[in-house]
Amino acid sequence: MDKSEILKTVNDIFIDVLDDDTIVLTYETTANDVEEWDSLNHIQLVVAIEKQFRIRFTSQEIQSWNNVGELVNSISNRVH
Amino acid sequence: MKIFSELKKNLKNDFSLLRTVKIAVLGDTATPLLAQALRGTGFDTGFDLQIWEAGFNQIERQVFDPKSELYAFAPEVVIICHSSHSLLARYNKQDPSEYNSLAQDRLALIGDLHIALNAGLSARVIYYNYTEINDAVFGNYASKTPSSFLFQLRKLNYELMLYAIHQTNFYICDISSIQNQLGKATFFQSSLYINTEMVFSIDILPWVAAQTTDLIGSMYGRLKKCLILDLDNTLWGGIIGDDGIENIQLGNLGIGKVFTEFQHWIKKLKNRGIILAICSKNTESIAREPFEKHADMVLTLDDIAIFKANWDNKADNIRQIQTELNIGFDTMVFLDDNPFERALVRNDIPALTVPELPEDPANYLDYLYTLNLFESTTLTDEDANRTRQYQIAVKRNEEQQRYADEDTFLQSLNMTSAVEPFNAFNTPRIAQLSQRSNQFNLRTVRYTETDIKVISDSTDFFSFSFTLTDKFGDNGLTCAIILKKEAEDTLFIDNWFMSCRILKRGMEHFTLNIITAFAKANGFSYLKGQYLPTSKNEMVKHHYRDLGFEAHGDHWILDTGTYTPKKNYVNSK
Repeated sequence: MDKSEILKTVNDIFIDVLDDDTIVLTYETTANDVEEWDSLNHIQLVVAIEKQFRIRFTSQEIQSWNNVGELVNSISNRVH
Repeated sequence: MKIFSELKKNLKNDFSLLRTVKIAVLGDTATPLLAQALRGTGFDTGFDLQIWEAGFNQIERQVFDPKSELYAFAPEVVIICHSSHSLLARYNKQDPSEYNSLAQDRLALIGDLHIALNAGLSARVIYYNYTEINDAVFGNYASKTPSSFLFQLRKLNYELMLYAIHQTNFYICDISSIQNQLGKATFFQSSLYINTEMVFSIDILPWVAAQTTDLIGSMYGRLKKCLILDLDNTLWGGIIGDDGIENIQLGNLGIGKVFTEFQHWIKKLKNRGIILAICSKNTESIAREPFEKHADMVLTLDDIAIFKANWDNKADNIRQIQTELNIGFDTMVFLDDNPFERALVRNDIPALTVPELPEDPANYLDYLYTLNLFESTTLTDEDANRTRQYQIAVKRNEEQQRYADEDTFLQSLNMTSAVEPFNAFNTPRIAQLSQRSNQFNLRTVRYTETDIKVISDSTDFFSFSFTLTDKFGDNGLTCAIILKKEAEDTLFIDNWFMSCRILKRGMEHFTLNIITAFAKANGFSYLKGQYLPTSKNEMVKHHYRDLGFEAHGDHWILDTGTYTPKKNYVNSK
């Protein structure tokens, strides 16, 4: 799965979890750019992404992402 | 079970028609998602749970400060969640000489919290017990080492149960059982805990919320009272009509062990007060045969309050069972192995609970355990006799058919009633009756055992409990009335509730005569009643009018001076 496919899947998860179908993610998007993306919702996003891709992030990774691109990289490193 | 995101979608629904309950959630870990799951689950069970959440790790600060937001909020239910992880963190920091007293110290804290809550609120307390963490420091030796964390944790869970036995408004929510059923890997996600202090995984939140709302539901009268059972491939393996009594699977035959164990579970439910009824498509004499003759049957005909075996539609049979028992469909559970019958019944009677039994009967029990259908907040001696009482009621109804007029029938019953104020002996039963009565319940005030003690100790309240015995047997304590001194000349009927088992026996008249005589003898000129409608008590809408009370706005007044005692056939014991 290439990164653009991952981005699209992540985008769909954001739309579903945050219940907002206007969300359009890019690699540069940060939590500041998405209104509903607060720390509580972040956890639900993380768990939904883990489920979708059948992966588990490490505790450190969850805190480390500065933007969606870095999140996509984490996923990409784990799915083959 | 719904998943968390589905529960969250519930939060946008209209809660305005649901029963409101004010809940305070206090935890030593992060609880916002738990609060969302609770509110979402509440919606599906008919509750508008208005949740106030204490700040992170503020249990002691909120509870021990009488001026805190907790007391200002005045919740009806307080949920306290001390996590095993925080307990472990505490243990880790202690000096080894203190390890031995971890459980004892925590129990003392819980006792102090409970005392403070009781002083400031009249709320019920739900306390989450401790999910197991084995820190593996002692290996298996932990189980014989009192200073090990596992030893202290298990001791704490056990001591909590001992504590709860004697506390009427303290309930343990057994989340440890959820972890046992679903496993720690499902229950707990370490990366979430490290990043957010959440001890419940997203997947487990609906389970914890369901376990909690089950408990809350039972506090507000949402109880299951009756279990309706199919026979073929539900109570035994095979089809009695085709296979014959010697070939149905029970005991050692085929997978008979499954059904024997299943029947033992049902027998335990019956012993604890759940009414059993049979609803089966069968010829009645053939369906009864195993109960009468099969050596491996655990259930006997004496365990069954109503036996319906015929070729009619099952939904119609269940309606008849409902009419005969006179309890709500939402208090009944129907177990049937056949998906077609289940769908038909579920569709016809939506209020009925119809579990989707697994295909393999070997899985029935473990599946039913997870549903936690039979919550209760009280148990009394009456429970064990309940089936007998319903059997008597059915006999009495049959007898009534033989009498031409009602008066002659009622006279023939030789009814006597013992009238007593509330006391230590009848308190548990009165609390239970107050939780269980939905139809004949004028104001649907639910009293806990603590409330009842307050009432019986107060000089402003006058309480009456009534038993009823007739020639068929003892119905036990089945009616209660609470009067409150509202003015020098007026007694307000704070509540009047009665078991539907004893309807149409003249008890309304007998009890009114008693309270009116009491009011008169104690210088009260008026009895004042009120009817508060619920979805279930339509039956008593005209109760006060029919008894001769006069309407005054939304109240009803009876002048005790001009009251003529009403005719009835109940004698005071």
